[in-house]
Amino acid sequence: MSLQNFWYLLIAVLWIGYFFLEGFDFGVGMLTKFLARDEVNRRVLINTIGPVWDGNEVWVITAIGATFAAFPNWYATMLSGFYVPMLLIVLLLIVRNVSFEYRGKDDPRRKPVWDWCLFLGSLLPPVLWGLVFGCMFSGTKIRDDMNFHGRMTDFLTTFDGLVAAVAFVVLFLAHGAVYAALKTTGPIRDGARRIAVPAMVVSVVPVGVLLIRVNDGGVLSLVVAYLAILLLLASAALVWGDRDGWAFVLSGAGVVAMFSSMFIAVFPVVMPSSLNPDWSLTVQSASSSHYTLTVMTVVACVFTPVVLLYQGWTYWVFRKRIGVRNIPTAH
Amino acid sequence: MTTFLEARAVHPTMTTLAMDPVTVARWQFGITTVYHFLFVPLTIGTSFLVAGFQTAWYRTGQERYFKATKFWGRLFLINFALGLVTGIVQEFQFGMNWSEYSRFVGDIFGSPLAIEALLAFFLESTFLGLWIFGWEKLPRGLHLACIWITAFGTAASAYFILAANSFMQHPVGYEINALRGRAELTDFWAVITQRTTVITFFHVLTACFLCAGAALVGIACYHLRKKRQPEVFRPSLKVGLWALLIAGAGVALSGDFQGKVMFEQQPMKMASAEALWETQGPAPFSLFAIGDVEKGRNSVEIEIPRLLSFLAHGNFHDPVPGINETNAAQQAKYGPGDYRPWIPMAYWSFRWMIGFGMFSVLVALFGLWVTRRGRTPEGAWGRWFWRFGLWTLLFPVIGSAWGWIFTETGRQPWIVYSLMRTRTGVSAAVPAGRVLTSLILFTALYAVLAVVEVALSVKYVKAGAYDTAPSAAPESGDGDDRPLAFAY
Ligand code: HDD
Ligand code: HEM
Ligand code: HEM
Repeated sequence: MSLQNFWYLLIAVLWIGYFFLEGFDFGVGMLTKFLARDEVNRRVLINTIGPVWDGNEVWVITAIGATFAAFPNWYATMLSGFYVPMLLIVLLLIVRNVSFEYRGKDDPRRKPVWDWCLFLGSLLPPVLWGLVFGCMFSGTKIRDDMNFHGRMTDFLTTFDGLVAAVAFVVLFLAHGAVYAALKTTGPIRDGARRIAVPAMVVSVVPVGVLLIRVNDGGVLSLVVAYLAILLLLASAALVWGDRDGWAFVLSGAGVVAMFSSMFIAVFPVVMPSSLNPDWSLTVQSASSSHYTLTVMTVVACVFTPVVLLYQGWTYWVFRKRIGVRNIPTAH
Repeated sequence: MTTFLEARAVHPTMTTLAMDPVTVARWQFGITTVYHFLFVPLTIGTSFLVAGFQTAWYRTGQERYFKATKFWGRLFLINFALGLVTGIVQEFQFGMNWSEYSRFVGDIFGSPLAIEALLAFFLESTFLGLWIFGWEKLPRGLHLACIWITAFGTAASAYFILAANSFMQHPVGYEINALRGRAELTDFWAVITQRTTVITFFHVLTACFLCAGAALVGIACYHLRKKRQPEVFRPSLKVGLWALLIAGAGVALSGDFQGKVMFEQQPMKMASAEALWETQGPAPFSLFAIGDVEKGRNSVEIEIPRLLSFLAHGNFHDPVPGINETNAAQQAKYGPGDYRPWIPMAYWSFRWMIGFGMFSVLVALFGLWVTRRGRTPEGAWGRWFWRFGLWTLLFPVIGSAWGWIFTETGRQPWIVYSLMRTRTGVSAAVPAGRVLTSLILFTALYAVLAVVEVALSVKYVKAGAYDTAPSAAPESGDGDDRPLAFAY
């Protein structure tokens, strides 16, 4: 495998890891409005992701940083092209992250504001990421200078972008509900399970449409797409059957399969041009020099396993379910 | 006295304020980065101090150290949250607003950034999560290790980002690939270990400790003035004062090295920092000057003879080239153009960096004197010290912001020194209106966050060190029903 292809794989892994991990913490954030009707239950939900959301978010920081290093042209075109969606994503992530840290510390009268920040900061970024990935992979108005020359409103009229936006939100909601069911006890767990099953089943529709649209006829991506649908449905069945642990494993695998199918389908193009196929950014034309990729490969091979080990360990440390009884009153 | 206004009028930043995409993007970059860097030095510095207090608690078991750990830890977290979110903006911003720059240097610049994320950010965020939530879940030694790892993570992220910045100040280890129209990395080791990187790292790190020391001193003064919890805040005051003194010496020493490196690598920045229009030898250090940019000279000037020669060369007689001569030399080298940064900005930001920062060191000297051998400052001096001490916490942060403004604006018109001009680095296909929108939204949100963060910090400073140490050993078996010790 050439180094460029290897780095495409690695960046796909980073994005997939990000959507797997932050996918469920976005979902839990959405549930804080649907599921938790009072403060204590809301805190139970928030504390299921409390120790891990920041580590999860570093996956996107690394994905973007690695794209910058390995495919500078991809990084430059994607971020400047999707200027407004990216801007909104950053703004929303800011208010979301700050709300975790500040909602309990700030004046209780402002708590509803922080709760809205948390909710919208969990609901809207998946919508925007959906628009970005849906539009990016279906083709945008890229000219021969590698820059995007369309309008921001293009993104709102691209069918694939809209489908992806719906798919991301519903899927992450379902994935988050499965996670919440796994990590909590008592009524809140029952509530999470009641949401998880229908959400998961419904998510299959936009996910399926999206995967069919993105698919370019490649067999592998098609197989993985079917696998994604099967895994998601199986996960719903397992929630139904009261097997939270396995349900989460399968919903995670479903998310991974869905994104894998997308990344397999577009390869070796990273940003197709809808104006002229010759102007598309490819793994070749977007990449860094051989030397840089070599250096980065060494670094990644040494440190990625270490990161995975200690992040895995965090989940182990906080493996217990939590319930209303675990929430201290004084704050 | 019209000179200052004239100087302003000719500067492109001011005249084309409204809709030049480059100018708007520069304002946005400047505002968001300076804002990020208000929180970063506090975070880096206090993470080590919290680790120190927790180590003291671990070693001695004294309750007051536990209280101090929790108290400073809380303030650390409030700051960290903002450092983190504003950092995300930085990472997106290169691509959003400086895409041509990103294409040109991504081959080199991207790798320190990616490595920073992989090495440092994962460490910080994961182990900080463990530290916040692990108080009764982890064995004490391991829990202590978590905050130390976080602290070293913050220093590591500073190192890699500074390596990237140093490349912009002094490009090394690259070659130009004409075919692809970009700079390509040829020697990674050179980029991360070049002298500029190492010295900058020491200067920035010592400045971070200066900021944290001042925060300790200021907040401790606030409580001690009201005679609250002296058992907690007296040690904090002492640690803070010593940190200020030692870090102050470190900042001055490394700053002196910075000056020599800068003179070698960016003579224009050195000359501008001194508003030294004509070459002089021996060159004086200017204390106060009002320049006349059009005519290329100063109209008012107060100076210390020979000191600039020392800053640049380490002796008191060698000449230092002036702005006019350097500009001519660069025109000969890089083609026609104006290679001068905005002189009044370079001149004053340099002075404000040193002035604000070193002033806190004077406060520390005074504080150490009035609190020597267990004394408590009384009387007029004492009242002055308690009252004024609180405000020292602002000075080094302001100083370090000015230091960055100096470093970055003094490099102009280059975005990457000698390789790429700022004008050509901006995103080619992003219209100014879009950038203006983001500039306004970022600035507005940052203003709101500033208010919230200050209010929260004040609230928790006032609350004092109220925690009580956990009595028992960490959780054993399956203590499912225990409340979480430190939950959101
Ligand atoms: C409050 C903190 C503080 C204090 C007291 C000082 N500095 Fe500083 N200085 C910084 C905080 C700082 C900084 C914010 O951290 C900078 C910005 C970029 C950098 O590398 O560090 C900086 C940059 C910086 C530069 C620019 C380097 C470049 O552009 O490449 C020079 C020459 C100095 N400093 C020199 C000094 C000297 C001679 C000082 C004498 C006491 C001094 N600094 C005190
Ligand atoms: C260490 C990593 C840093 C990098 C890679 C970096 C990079 C850049 C870039 C790309 C620009 C925009 C182009 C330009 O105007 O030259 C810029 C400008 C600027 N940066 Fe930095 N910067 C860094 C650190 C900082 C910090 C920590 C501060 C302040 C606290 C800062 C303050 C500024 C300011 C004020 C400008 C605007 C200068 C001007 O446009 O005249 N920078 N920097
Ligand atoms: C302009 C270039 C910069 C970029 C792209 C950048 C990027 C980032 C990002 C993405 C984060 C969030 C990390 C997380 O999620 O944990 C962050 C935080 C941080 N940055 Fe920056 N940063 C820049 C400038 C700087 C500089 C100049 C320094 C130090 C000298 C610095 C030091 C830190 C530290 C220590 C943190 C972690 C602590 C905190 O969150 O407050 N950064 N930065």
